[in-house]
Amino acid sequence: MATALPTAESILQPSPRRLLFGRVSRHVGLMLGGGVFIAIVVLALLAPLIAPADPYVQNVAKRLISPVWEADGSWAHPLGTDHLGRDYLTRLIYGAQVSLIIGACAALISGIIGTTMGVLAGYFGGRVDMVITTIITIRLALPVVLVALAVVGVIGGSLQVMIAVIGLLLWDRFAVVMRSATLQIRSLDYVAAARVSGCSTLRIVLTEVLPNVLNPLIVVATLEMAHAILLEAALSFLGLGVQPPLPSWGLMIAEGKNYILFKSWLIGIPGAALFALILAINLMGDGVRDITAPEGRG
Amino acid sequence: MVAFGLRRLGMALFVAFAVSVISFCLLYLSGDLAIALAGETQDYAQIELIRKQYGLDRPLLVQYFDWLGKALAGDFGQSVYFKTPVKTMLADRLPVTMTLGLTSMLFALALGIPLGVLAAIRPNSWIDRLALTLSVVGQALPTFWFALVLIVFLSLTFPLLPASGTDSWENFVMPTIVLGYNAAPAIMRLTRTGMLEVLSSDYIRTARAKGLRAGKVLFKHALRNAVIPVVSLAAVQFGFMLGGSVVVETIFALHGTGFMAWEAIKNNDFPTVQAVVLTFSLFYVLLTLAADLFNAWLDPRIRIA
Repeated sequence: MATALPTAESILQPSPRRLLFGRVSRHVGLMLGGGVFIAIVVLALLAPLIAPADPYVQNVAKRLISPVWEADGSWAHPLGTDHLGRDYLTRLIYGAQVSLIIGACAALISGIIGTTMGVLAGYFGGRVDMVITTIITIRLALPVVLVALAVVGVIGGSLQVMIAVIGLLLWDRFAVVMRSATLQIRSLDYVAAARVSGCSTLRIVLTEVLPNVLNPLIVVATLEMAHAILLEAALSFLGLGVQPPLPSWGLMIAEGKNYILFKSWLIGIPGAALFALILAINLMGDGVRDITAPEGRG
Repeated sequence: MVAFGLRRLGMALFVAFAVSVISFCLLYLSGDLAIALAGETQDYAQIELIRKQYGLDRPLLVQYFDWLGKALAGDFGQSVYFKTPVKTMLADRLPVTMTLGLTSMLFALALGIPLGVLAAIRPNSWIDRLALTLSVVGQALPTFWFALVLIVFLSLTFPLLPASGTDSWENFVMPTIVLGYNAAPAIMRLTRTGMLEVLSSDYIRTARAKGLRAGKVLFKHALRNAVIPVVSLAAVQFGFMLGGSVVVETIFALHGTGFMAWEAIKNNDFPTVQAVVLTFSLFYVLLTLAADLFNAWLDPRIRIA
């Protein structure tokens, strides 16, 4: 034979998994955002092991020590200490825990509420859709920050309350996106095939619809996690969120605000951390959207 | 058009009603309002007196319709903390917040639309990358922190602008930048996508083929169609800005409605909080209604949907 037939391997290469890996590793934003996000998650998980001090131990003799890059700073406290003499690096690492817990739990709660509403509205349409769309419209009319502040002001701030309040408020985008994604899936042939072959509605929703709206769901979940973290920081900053002495980045910025004139690093450090975390999560969400969109493949 | 308008108006009225119920109920989450209003006092007789005085001993439904009836007439009761009628305070503070909202919106549009257009004309050029970077940063920047950073640079390091107060236009510059930059990314992205879509459409090619100058095609044919969705977005964003004004006004001590709401929440001033939540929500309902009607007037396809 002059030319050999192509082997099975050469046709199957590269495998879908390899293709996905290639797309992921070529996407700079996704790699950068994912890297920073994973680094922050690891720091938060290992906080008790790597933090140089205890986040709650106060030391009046060591108040407001400058970070190491200032002239009077030292490596004993790389990021300095706050107004109560607590190690700032330690507070920062434990603060990542608070942000991530609130972000993840709130996004989970709002994700469950929003996805349920969106899929139901998109799948059943008609009157169900009308009722759910109205509920979404009502929710959108409420000013989120103001309502969250008012509720926390009335029932008091704690980690659990923050998660519940934010989770119960931020489901609107989940519902809107899941509704339109389900609308597109509903009329496809494989859903009709499942219906004529006698699948129950529950089974169709769980095994035919849900897996196919997973991509937009992941994108919205990342963006809403960032949204929840920002909202928590803003509420804590205004004094109606996580309460001291818990180390929340928003709270740290509020505490540092009194020293804004001479110790601006007190607000600079936690703010930069917050900015980096949100940026990383958003880049990740944008990256996932680029990669899962059919036109982003090639 | 009339049928669509009426249907949309009915929806807006229903949403407004639901929002009024929610703003009323919001403050009953605490359980007993009378105890909260009494503050430090633990005296039973005094708490009972407060309950009578505020009419909290009546059934909830009676209280709601009483509150709603008065609110419709513009009477939101007496502020517990500021000791003045809520109505006068709102009349006093709303113009400040509306001014801030308008200047921020103009700032966001002035930043978002040109950048979005330029980015769409030259995709993947340096200006596209600049626009993308600005929008990614703007979306990740916590407003309250950005406000403090601006204060550090523009008030403390270089004393150019006042850090707090409401007296002159200078007090509005930094709050406008903070709120406006926060809203700009969404407007920029929508303009860019809209522009890209329109520029690749047939009528643009026809316009170019028949010899119209590029500038005329761009501004007269393309931009006009591309900014239609931006109208709806701007209405929604304006509503979000009112909510965001709470954070920004508090930091810059700008005496608007948002700052007032924060003070009221901190001091258990329920009538004021209810009034502000209701006002902001109703304003959002009105804005989106106006935007929808405007869009339906522009685009007949929406009316029959």
